[in-house]
Amino acid sequence: MNPFFSFINSSVGKKLLMSLTGLFLSVFLVEHLAGNLLLLRSDGGQAFNDYAKFMGSNPIVRILEVGLLGFILLHIVNGIRLWLGNRAARSKGYGTYRLDENTTLQSRMMKLSAALVLLFLVVHLRKFWVPARFLGEHDIASIVYYTFQQPFYVVFYLVALFIVGYHLRHGFQSAFQTLGFRTKKYQMLIEFIAVLFWFVVPLGFAVIPIYIYFFAGSPVALVQ
Amino acid sequence: MKLTLKVWRQKDANDEGRFVEYTAKDISPDMSFLEMLDIVNIDLVKKGETPIVFDHDCREGICGSCGMMINGRAHGPGRGIATCQLHMRSFSDGDEIMIEPWRAAAFPVLKDLMVDRTAFDRIMRSGGYTSAKTGGIPDGNAILVPKPVADEAFDAAACIGCGACVAACPNSSAMLFVAAKVSQLAVLPQGQAERETRVTRMVAQMDEEKFGSCSNTYACEAECPKGISVTHIARLNREFIAAQF
Repeated sequence: MNPFFSFINSSVGKKLLMSLTGLFLSVFLVEHLAGNLLLLRSDGGQAFNDYAKFMGSNPIVRILEVGLLGFILLHIVNGIRLWLGNRAARSKGYGTYRLDENTTLQSRMMKLSAALVLLFLVVHLRKFWVPARFLGEHDIASIVYYTFQQPFYVVFYLVALFIVGYHLRHGFQSAFQTLGFRTKKYQMLIEFIAVLFWFVVPLGFAVIPIYIYFFAGSPVALVQ
Repeated sequence: MKLTLKVWRQKDANDEGRFVEYTAKDISPDMSFLEMLDIVNIDLVKKGETPIVFDHDCREGICGSCGMMINGRAHGPGRGIATCQLHMRSFSDGDEIMIEPWRAAAFPVLKDLMVDRTAFDRIMRSGGYTSAKTGGIPDGNAILVPKPVADEAFDAAACIGCGACVAACPNSSAMLFVAAKVSQLAVLPQGQAERETRVTRMVAQMDEEKFGSCSNTYACEAECPKGISVTHIARLNREFIAAQF
């Protein structure tokens, strides 16, 4: 077999792919958050809509967008491959298995949190991304404001962000272990940066629906 | 002490297998877990039944022969011990104890609690060696190894290959074992010649044996009788990635 494919198909290679795609998606979250924070400006959503317009028209961003979707898909498909292989590796289960005494809950919940994040992603893309890209909607800020006037969506997003953070709590530091960076020397640094990703970034996202629901007026009043 | 045991009994590799309940009577808290099983087996032999088969050899935690899943934990409750070092004082009178063999597709059950761990031997054969020229004894200080490096290699070399890492891992992954075996040679000057082929071949053999992938849950480190650190897995990953270029 081609050495590259035998590398990518090895157990360590598959994990490496998981780690690199996961880290790329984590970095994307930072960019996404930076853009979203424009929603907090009291300018009737002008700054955010300009940003959305730029993201929708700049050719480099559009190429990166395709890459991003590809990486999401790769992360999912590769994750399923790993899951199936790992399931086959234990052909018969234990009568009693106390994995909970040795591992963190977030590490055991990765598949569940992944499935829930995917579910959230489908709703999320349908809600904001599809109207912007395919339905010719230019005023995404108003859609966001309108959405987060509804308590259901506020709660839905807060729960989803908690799950994203939960997935990253294991995933982010795990990516560095897979890359081989998690040595005694860098362990603390990785844990520290991980907090930014599993706690600070989801918290930053959570501020937006909370702010809109409790502190911003109606979308009609905001968007002239 | 009196205990109720639920032991996995399986005639041979092709048998379905099932849990059978036994009562262990007159057990001293100072007995090791294996001695407790010996007592149960003596009773079984007296009754004309087949004794429970389990692997064991040195019974002092250095050979890596023994190993079973006890109440859902590899080598039972407690840390840094093999099954032979587990004492009955870790249990209370009247306890029910589930005893099962290691579970992994790569470790087929041979009989009762005994599994076939030759997959580990095949991994070792694929690259867990150094090809040194034999001949005259080298001078003691001819090859300099700094103390921290020697310690790191020795920590990895403490692996006794019992298979608890595979048994404890939700994916039946052998990463901690392979990592220890790669690590112990990768950091030493004697291991440099085969540094890249070793890690590539050992990982390939590990995959061939159908061990799972590592999810970094670190259950292996927690159950390892020798406390092998998962930092060796990070080194294995580093070595493996570096060997591709």
